Amino acid sequence: MGDPFALISQWFTNLLLGWGLSESAATVIRLLVGAVILATISMLTVVVLIWVERKLAGRLQDRPGPNRAGKFGLLQPIADMIKIFTKEIVTPAQADKTIFHLAPVVFIASVLLMWVVIPFTATVMGANLNVAVLYVVAVGAFGVVAVLMAGWSSNNKFALLGAFRAVAQMVSYEVPMVLALMVPVLLARSMGLTDIVNAQSVWFIVAAPIAAVIFLITSMAEVGRAPFDLLEAESEIVAGYHTEYSGMEFGMFYVAEFLHVWTIGALLGTLFLGGWRGPGAETYPLLGILYFYIKTFIGYFIVTWIRLSLPRIRIDQMLAFNWKFLTPLILVVLIFTAILDKVLEVYAVSGWGHALSMLALNVVIGWATVQALKKVEKSRQRRRPEFPPRPVAVAPKSE
Amino acid sequence: MTGLEFVFVLIAALTLFSAVMVVTTPNMVRAALWLILALFGVAGTFVLLNAAFLAVVQVVVYIGAIAVLMIFAIMLTRKVMKDSGPQTNSTWGLAALIAAALFGGLTFALTRSPAATLMAPDFSTVSDPVAELGRALVSPQAYVIPFEVASVLLLAAMIGAIYVAWKK
Repeated sequence: MGDPFALISQWFTNLLLGWGLSESAATVIRLLVGAVILATISMLTVVVLIWVERKLAGRLQDRPGPNRAGKFGLLQPIADMIKIFTKEIVTPAQADKTIFHLAPVVFIASVLLMWVVIPFTATVMGANLNVAVLYVVAVGAFGVVAVLMAGWSSNNKFALLGAFRAVAQMVSYEVPMVLALMVPVLLARSMGLTDIVNAQSVWFIVAAPIAAVIFLITSMAEVGRAPFDLLEAESEIVAGYHTEYSGMEFGMFYVAEFLHVWTIGALLGTLFLGGWRGPGAETYPLLGILYFYIKTFIGYFIVTWIRLSLPRIRIDQMLAFNWKFLTPLILVVLIFTAILDKVLEVYAVSGWGHALSMLALNVVIGWATVQALKKVEKSRQRRRPEFPPRPVAVAPKSE
Repeated sequence: MTGLEFVFVLIAALTLFSAVMVVTTPNMVRAALWLILALFGVAGTFVLLNAAFLAVVQVVVYIGAIAVLMIFAIMLTRKVMKDSGPQTNSTWGLAALIAAALFGGLTFALTRSPAATLMAPDFSTVSDPVAELGRALVSPQAYVIPFEVASVLLLAAMIGAIYVAWKK
């Protein structure tokens, strides 16, 4: 069995050429059709994801989850879709209308654009950019702009507050996220995702576990899911930047959030878990797609699990965690990884030897971090003022 | 007109139109959003020149950081939904004259310079342009001194910002 995708693409091009189109016109149409298929599959995945997430939430919270519509509640997302499509879209009277209606489109586009560079197999991908890692960060920036547009144009104090929080969080967590992305780039010596997957004869999670965990944490903050959901904290600011949105416009924010989590799983799988690589994936490209989706689901499951287990953190904790813990840690990891990588290159160590030396480095850095944190906690306890022991509840003295 | 030229004209027109809208829109947040579109057009021009790295960095730095910080600062001002006052003051005629003279001068100088007839260099033979750029930035024969000077400048700016924000 050869590469079925190359065969389909070849057949389609020949079909167009047979209709009398020129070579370049056929290429443009082929790429357009590919883009539409890629975007549609990504969006349809969300329909399944919503059911999976609700079922998972149910199981983790000791309840059945949706189970009325269809077998195992499988038709529930369809029913929800029909409901949200038929709802009225309300626009606030004092809103800036153009920007208000543009914001959800920009938001969902910023997530969909990331799928352009993700390789499904060795040959199936939107575009093989040589700056793919930086490209993912760049299109993510449009998400920040869209949140600002939504928060401002709603002309609502809660929406504006939500947008402020969102931007403070997204811009801050972008710093350790980009630094964490630099570790696989450094190990693969390329910013192209295809090259990064090809370089993972040993998965990068072995060589760079700290970078993988920091990437996962920071991208959760980028999405703004619990425990980082301060931007839509319902007990404080209603629903944050999408307070005023209704009907399908709210649906677009909702779908983009689910798709973003799924995209994080795909990026984690591609950058650290070997992408489409697996036994037999080179000869049977369809197996590569299966491996890719399994790895993506692992990342998605971890993010959902954390979301359902942890409470929301406070805003000062959110910023301190980023600037005082994640950023210094990833800087240390990045510098020492670069030095050790050069040393290992001099001694021509590669493959498992290389990965295990890197793992040892990560263990040492992790151990030192834990020791440093213990020391900080001790000095903090010393600074705490001492109060004389007071009984909490004392029976009133009888007079 | 080839397809590439058509795309260039489209992107150039979009960039110029957005740039004009930045200075003529009475609402500050809207002006900042037009600025984002103009910066995006510049990134598109980089893509047409085969400079994918510069295009992506343009989006990350100018749209992801600078434009977002500008909108953030504008939103912290009062009455953000209202239009600000008139867009021009009494010296607008003089300013327009200087701008037109500058445009004319630049066009004159650029059409006379040998650069006007140069074609974009062909990068298709370079195996990895990003790696070449990285080597050039730290090579003593190329750009190591400007690169280090820029780093020191940014470090100084960062230390200055921390000093200003430090709680006494």
